[in-house]
Amino acid sequence: MLKEGQVHIPSGCAISSIFSRSGRAVGGGQIIRSIAPMHDRSNGLGGGFAGYGIYPQYADYYAFHLFYDTMAARTACERYLEESFDIVSFEKMPTRRIPAITNEPMIWRYFLSPRKTALDESQLDEKEFIVRRVLHVNAEIEGAYVFSSGKNMGVFKAVGFPEDVGEFYRLDEYAGYCWTAHGRYPTNTPGWWGGAHPFALLDYTVVHNGEISSYDANRRFIQMFGYACTLQTDTEAITYIIDYLVRKRGLTLEETAGVIAAPFWSTIEAMPEPQRSRAAYLRNAFSSLLINGPFSILVGFEGGLMALNDRLKLRSMVVGEKDDMVYIASEECAIRIIEPELDRVWSPGGGQPVIVTLDKLKEGGNA
Amino acid sequence: MAIDFLYPLYEVIRNPQRCICCRACERQCANEVHHYDVDFGCMMSDESKCVACHRCVSLCPTRALKIVKTDHTFKENDNWTGKAISEVYRQAGTGGVLLSSMGNPEPYPIYWDKLLINASQVTNPSIDPLREPMETRTTLGAKPQTTERGEDGSLVCSMPPQLTLNIPVMFSAMSYGSISYNAHASLARAATALGTYYNTGEGGLHQDFYQYGPNTIVQVASGRFGVHTDYLNAGAAVEIKMGQGAKPGIGGHLPGIKVGADISRTRMIPEGTDAISPAPHHDIYSIEDLRQLVYSIKEATHYKKPVIVKIAAVHNVAAIASGIARSGADIIAIDGFRGGTGAAPTRIRDNVGIPIELALAAVDQRLREEGIRDRVSIVIGGSIRNSADLVKAIALGADAVYIATSALLALGCHLCRSCQTGKCNWGIATQRPELVKRLNPDIGEKRLINLLTSWDHELKEMMGGMGINSIEALRGNRLMLRGIGLTQKELDILGVKHAGE
Repeated sequence: MLKEGQVHIPSGCAISSIFSRSGRAVGGGQIIRSIAPMHDRSNGLGGGFAGYGIYPQYADYYAFHLFYDTMAARTACERYLEESFDIVSFEKMPTRRIPAITNEPMIWRYFLSPRKTALDESQLDEKEFIVRRVLHVNAEIEGAYVFSSGKNMGVFKAVGFPEDVGEFYRLDEYAGYCWTAHGRYPTNTPGWWGGAHPFALLDYTVVHNGEISSYDANRRFIQMFGYACTLQTDTEAITYIIDYLVRKRGLTLEETAGVIAAPFWSTIEAMPEPQRSRAAYLRNAFSSLLINGPFSILVGFEGGLMALNDRLKLRSMVVGEKDDMVYIASEECAIRIIEPELDRVWSPGGGQPVIVTLDKLKEGGNA
Repeated sequence: MAIDFLYPLYEVIRNPQRCICCRACERQCANEVHHYDVDFGCMMSDESKCVACHRCVSLCPTRALKIVKTDHTFKENDNWTGKAISEVYRQAGTGGVLLSSMGNPEPYPIYWDKLLINASQVTNPSIDPLREPMETRTTLGAKPQTTERGEDGSLVCSMPPQLTLNIPVMFSAMSYGSISYNAHASLARAATALGTYYNTGEGGLHQDFYQYGPNTIVQVASGRFGVHTDYLNAGAAVEIKMGQGAKPGIGGHLPGIKVGADISRTRMIPEGTDAISPAPHHDIYSIEDLRQLVYSIKEATHYKKPVIVKIAAVHNVAAIASGIARSGADIIAIDGFRGGTGAAPTRIRDNVGIPIELALAAVDQRLREEGIRDRVSIVIGGSIRNSADLVKAIALGADAVYIATSALLALGCHLCRSCQTGKCNWGIATQRPELVKRLNPDIGEKRLINLLTSWDHELKEMMGGMGINSIEALRGNRLMLRGIGLTQKELDILGVKHAGE
């Protein structure tokens, strides 16, 4: 049977997130409590979390989280990383042995700073330099997989139910201003640790509930720009699309939403100027990056969070607000269990992005 | 000479009990197959003149006629078929090049028929086009390569010139001359009503049709017939014809019998002369010359119109397309070896070029590997027969398709493959006024609109089934296809998996 990465695997899912606009540190236990009631939306074949603001002591360093299948992979990967980075600190990922999580690969964590000489030689800007290293490890080093690569943030994922995955990674010992979570329901695979969500590149993380029908159109387009879609999952492609549009093409997140969940032409034609020209331009210029089919995604980034539904809203997604806190989840129960008294609960329309950012940042959120 | 005698391929069968000797068949047949025999008091036929166009059959009021393949035969031989033997006799008798019309009829593989389309089940929903929006509008042209912002940070929304199609199907190039005034009128009006485009072909643009300019693609071919500044600016886009699927490597042929006064004026050539386009453009001997012509045309049209470069699908089509994509062209049109023609040497039509499915797959993949797929749009033609072929073409990577044979069929063409004689009984591939008037452009327009409207419905049904509600999400989406009965090599070239994988 082909494993994940060798074949395109459709899946359904549950997602949840917590965001503190004031930047207050929320314990990782909260997000585990939030995702747990949606147990039946996943099937034990993948769960994961992303936390932002969790590594304040290493805030200036890229935090790489890696899965290794073999010692040889670890040796090869570390040798490769040393060519490009000063390794400021590294350790085996702290985990808690529990019966529900088995067959774990070796999980290691590195705090890295790009070597100035290597960076200069590459003639790349720093972020592109990092991205190329990540993509190289994932595509070229057999048995090594970088699943988190941003600053002051981290991804934690595994095969298992999300609440077990959270316990395994001891998330209760971390605190951050933003958390996202995912429970996975893949349809035809034993699941692989790397295939769990969130997917991450730099500080961008994506959790996704859905199966995009445009997958191969999107994948074959984004691969033109050096993104090797090694995992063959929708979410990996979405992560790369967002990185391409935001970082390489300089679009805002709102504009990015106008590309990947572009309005119907009939809606665009009914818009007043200049929105109409802008919407038509985004749809036309990036037509191959329209994501079709059901999805609800949460995009985490440094200082903010974006939630977006497909334009027909074929997947459920609810937003709850209380004081400085914003909660977004597949189902309202995931919000009510951690905050029963909400100021406001609402369902965003299809294709309507919800973007929240830290109060200290100006609007736009593209920090 | 007796050895030049060839028994007719088709026989006219007349049921004498039904025939009322109304002589409609005689009046309808420009090939003069039928005549009334006064002595015998009945209709007679000379099947040696019959091209099997079914005009008489269709108009016989008592259904007394049918055309059947003859059972007369040479001694059976799989190598020396009757066709092969007859062609030797014909060439030995005349010393001439064999001429044919319409697309390659030989039994080469048809890859469209070996591809199957996907549908959603359970994990993502199919979308109901009767109840949900379903978008088949597509835009052709180069996409911007950088993001520009004004001083206030707002997006600069300027695009290179684009063509917008309400349905991803256009009418392919057929010149005025090869087909009739009424056929052109039907195509022009239908393209306008449908929100798509028709193509003038290389014969210039009749003055009466300038009014359809916004839905017209004007063609510049090696003969440069009827090309002038007003012509270039009359259409929505300009197509440079480098090649044609039916006859790669050679130019167009219009027999002098089809060059009457009107054609002569439109083409800017003398009446009655054969219009034989040169094989190459004599100002294009390499890719850098093509670039100069592309930019000459852009200068002449003030950079307001996309330029299409049309090539035939030949062996190294992917490399050629890559060169064209870098030549400033906005759209590449690729014509497969099944593509039609009004006249072509038989040997070339039947032996030169490759299937469009393989050419499309190779070009789309190559442009992606080079990271330039969004610099050009790809339009393909060369036998798109129905909406399923259309879906498969888009999933393989085409932005839109060209149809011509299907459009002519909609106008009444019965694929008798005798266009070069100029005696089309259906009023399509002829310039004889009494034949041309048989094609009513009001009806022709309506039938073309019907055809594409029905295809659009079917396209939407299939897209909805796949869970796709926008045509751009189908483009290049090869996971939506599976091959059936193909070798691994064929699957690799097509970039699809086998059914069951």
